[in-house]
Amino acid sequence: MGLIGDDVATEIREQLSAMAAPVKIVHFTQELNLEYGRETRQALEELTALSDKLSLDIYDFLLDKEKVAEYKVDKVPATAIRNGKDYGIRFYGMPAGYEFATLIEAILDVSKGESGLGTETREKLRQISQPIHLEVFVTPT
Amino acid sequence: MRLAHQFAMESDLITADCIEATEFPELVTEYRVQAVPKTVINREQTIDGALPESYFLDSVLSAANPPESGQEA
Repeated sequence: MGLIGDDVATEIREQLSAMAAPVKIVHFTQELNLEYGRETRQALEELTALSDKLSLDIYDFLLDKEKVAEYKVDKVPATAIRNGKDYGIRFYGMPAGYEFATLIEAILDVSKGESGLGTETREKLRQISQPIHLEVFVTPT
Repeated sequence: MRLAHQFAMESDLITADCIEATEFPELVTEYRVQAVPKTVINREQTIDGALPESYFLDSVLSAANPPESGQEA
């Protein structure tokens, strides 16, 4: 049985029809000792099937060390949303509930290649001179 | 959450992680996450709650560049 119900799938397919360019979902998993890992992978597989502009690469956190280093993931399940460029957008854990909507938004933004931020915000962000790592904690509800 | 990802899109120096709190209890303990959303900046500063774009921006910028820390190593 699917994790994404038929009604929701129809809604998501509709949302994803607004995608401009292809987006790649890069997922890191670890088969052992992961309570949510399998479900996250399944949800991403079901999501990817809803648009021909979406593709999914799956790597093993323990075996694919080069990719783990490239994407700088330090825990799993980890998911990166990218186009030709990796913007540094990551999801750790299962993006369920409200966060599934956040995942769809990230896909649409990356597909457009535009952040959608205001002019003033973009100007201020351009003046940053050192790395900033944001970790936003959320819950599924 | 979307704002942090938008910031990451806009700046090559920004990376943004959306972390499902219930799956990473050790991080919740380390960062003392008591309510969500909670944003941790460079493992040190924090922002509680969801803020409008301009406030979130100012909080992120000031947390990343605290005025007193300019001379520190």
